[in-house]
Amino acid sequence: MKSLINLSIAILLLCAGLYFVADQLEASGGKGSKDTITIYNWGDYIDPDLLKQFTEETGIKVIYETFDSNEAMLTKIQQGGTTYDIAIPSEYTIEMMIEEDLLHPIDHSKIPNLQYIDPYYLDLPFDPKNKYSIPYFWGTVGIVFNPNLIPDHITFESWNDLWDPSLKRKVFLVDGAREVMGMGLNSIGESLNAKDEKLLRQVTDKLVTLSPNIKGIIGDEIIPLMINNEAAVALTWSGSAADMMSENEELDYAVPQEGSNLWFDNFVIPKTAKNIDGAHAFINFMLDPEVAAQNAEYVGYSTPNKAALDIMDPEIVNDERFYPPEEIKDRLEVYENLGLEWLGKYNEYFLEFKMSIR
Amino acid sequence: MNRLSTPAKIYVAVVFIILYAPIFYLIFYSFNSGGSMHNFESFTLEHYQAVFEDSRLLVILINTIIIALLSSLISTILGTLGAIGIVSIKNRKMRNTLLSLNNIMIVSPDVVIGASFLILFTMIGVKLGFTSVLISHIAFSIPIVVLMVLPKLLEMNPNLIDAAQDLGATKRDVLYRVIVPYIKPGIFAGFFMALTYSLDDFAVTFFVTGNGFSTLSVEIYSIARVGISLTINALSGIIFVVTVLIVIGYYFVTRRTKLANGGLGRL
Amino acid sequence: MRDRVAKGPLIPYLLWIAFFVIAPIALIVYYSMLDLNGNFTLENYKRFFSPVYIQMTLTSFFYAVIITFFTLLISYPMAFILTKTKHKYLWLMFIIIPSWINLLLKTYAFIGIFGLYGPINAVVSVFGIESQQILFTDFSFIFVSVYIFIPFMIIPIFNSLDKLNPTLVDAARDLGASPFTTFRRVIWPLTIEGVKSGIQVTFIPALSLFMITRLIAGNQVITLGTAIEQQFLVAQNWGMGSTIAVFLVLIMLVSMLFTGRKAKGGRV
Repeated sequence: MKSLINLSIAILLLCAGLYFVADQLEASGGKGSKDTITIYNWGDYIDPDLLKQFTEETGIKVIYETFDSNEAMLTKIQQGGTTYDIAIPSEYTIEMMIEEDLLHPIDHSKIPNLQYIDPYYLDLPFDPKNKYSIPYFWGTVGIVFNPNLIPDHITFESWNDLWDPSLKRKVFLVDGAREVMGMGLNSIGESLNAKDEKLLRQVTDKLVTLSPNIKGIIGDEIIPLMINNEAAVALTWSGSAADMMSENEELDYAVPQEGSNLWFDNFVIPKTAKNIDGAHAFINFMLDPEVAAQNAEYVGYSTPNKAALDIMDPEIVNDERFYPPEEIKDRLEVYENLGLEWLGKYNEYFLEFKMSIR
Repeated sequence: MNRLSTPAKIYVAVVFIILYAPIFYLIFYSFNSGGSMHNFESFTLEHYQAVFEDSRLLVILINTIIIALLSSLISTILGTLGAIGIVSIKNRKMRNTLLSLNNIMIVSPDVVIGASFLILFTMIGVKLGFTSVLISHIAFSIPIVVLMVLPKLLEMNPNLIDAAQDLGATKRDVLYRVIVPYIKPGIFAGFFMALTYSLDDFAVTFFVTGNGFSTLSVEIYSIARVGISLTINALSGIIFVVTVLIVIGYYFVTRRTKLANGGLGRL
Repeated sequence: MRDRVAKGPLIPYLLWIAFFVIAPIALIVYYSMLDLNGNFTLENYKRFFSPVYIQMTLTSFFYAVIITFFTLLISYPMAFILTKTKHKYLWLMFIIIPSWINLLLKTYAFIGIFGLYGPINAVVSVFGIESQQILFTDFSFIFVSVYIFIPFMIIPIFNSLDKLNPTLVDAARDLGASPFTTFRRVIWPLTIEGVKSGIQVTFIPALSLFMITRLIAGNQVITLGTAIEQQFLVAQNWGMGSTIAVFLVLIMLVSMLFTGRKAKGGRV
């Protein structure tokens, strides 16, 4: 018994010691100052040097917290109990957050750098007049493939190339109901926002015939797997594609002709925010062309900042796969918020498709 | 290990190799200058340097350890007391009900536990952060401690307690002098299992954390979208080596003192 | 030994049960009877009995049984041998240590190890065999799941073997029992409690495995846990998610009934 008590005391002392060390580290790292903002973002989705630079310029300390999915982030903010000053969700989540009145309107007069954003990415249906959100990064959904591992006649000009019998067990799909069902809808020339039970049935039946070609339906680990040539073809977001292609030069990326999805990750200020001014200052800072350019080169996603494009490496900016020309962009659709009932149906059909893979 | 037959030795070796294979794989690539977990290019220590330069990561690591140790300690105490309490219940139905309730926590998927705790905490008004994470970890570790301690209690010879009471021991004495020493291995098993659960938990922590507080697994999961950097591998390598050293050191220190005291050399 | 110990220790434990077991379950049952708009409905339960969900439940069950079986098959001899070693507690610690390294990281390592260009296929190719598809198969899924659960199974079995009185085994041997008979009649019955704890901490978590189903099995195996996670986090349908969770809890109660009844025969 005595040894157990001694052990417990040792553990408590150890914790106290560790707490002290952490406190020292945090003090040197900037936490605990009066003027702070808390940012809620995807992991490693910002150049950390820029956070330091922001603190140096404005005196506002930054606390950085991360999430791994839009839905999980939404749940956290819905429940309250947290005070994030800035979050960076994707567009369909922003639409839901606006609907549920979770967001603080953004005062454009405090963000003069908004002038640098390409008007193409402003005033979109999910947030008219950008009342609640400011673009951070954007991209498309498309197909990453290794031309050396598939027959030449497959170019992915069309989604239907995925069904080619030569691709047996060579295709990864990203684990998202909207992405996969959307791909199916696009492949029969329909809108990826379709709300039509018959169409979804038809698409699911068509997807089931794709199952022999499926190697796996996976998430972020699609990046290392494609880098390593574990499969020849993957349906994924352009952001992930850029990550893969920077590591594996054999890979190529295509957005099929029938159309695809255009996605956004935008800055928002949740209603529960405490430092509204700090949040605006941060958004304005991130929109500064130099900062945006540095950040875009660090993260590797497509920036909506026109002025930043002028100072970035032309090789990146002129890559039509990630900065597509107008005529391709015209065929892209932004996800509309389908409402929970239809989102549920999409997921149910997607589950049925997943169950068919064996 | 001299008493073991050769096939037994081979069997143990194979299981250990499999158990450690992924860890050595991670550590191996932490020395890769190539920056990813394939195509080993050349040897480098830059990822280890990066660990010590990243004060945010170090704070997260310390948070993780504090939460794991504290929650395991508290849940071991509560769980052991709970197990002793369960055994002392006469009514079999009542006892089985308690056991079922106990096990529900183990079977519930993390997401469900996390989401329901989140609702619970916001309803009661607990501020999300260190406290909420600590309470949750204690909460989901208690049942595993109970499960580890219970078999020991059930196997205990009732005569031991009778003997103690005949010798004039109070209920308190019986608890501290007879029962606890007997079930000590179960208590240790419970503590280490709780530690394991706490260190590995992602989903529950994710839901109940907030206000800048984060643990290592939450951080690792949210990095996954843009690819896990080898800094994390290096950090795991350090954690692994330090853990092994502590365990071996602790084992031999306690062993020697116990042997010196004429003890049995048990943990 | 009942009644000889004070009831006092039970109080904090009962409080814990009230707050962190009963309250969350009440919440889950409540949510399972709500539709997307927050109105009362039994629609979720009806939907659970549609073919898709029934099929999923059955496959999930099937895999959990297989995983538990192999985990036990590997862990029991392992625990047995470890109790015979000189530094047995040290060896036991070495069984636990790997589980302190983050699971996602280890899973990524397994993805690398099992990959087409990973070490296993490199070894295989030395023997002139073509690269095998190991990832995203039933084998890789069961292997990694068993890997995860081995420490959880070994600890309780080790504990019960450890306190096994060696004189009992010796006595059986002296009385002429074969090693197998000794095992079946003496060792196994005396360690059954540990085995049961092991099965409990393996079988039900195996039903609710998630993440591995995606990372290692590429969503070709869908467990109840995966489905719940999807409903909560992706479909945002907490009603349906809670309904599946309710069934998971029911399955657990049934399986506890199974492992519990046998216990009544002998001891306590």
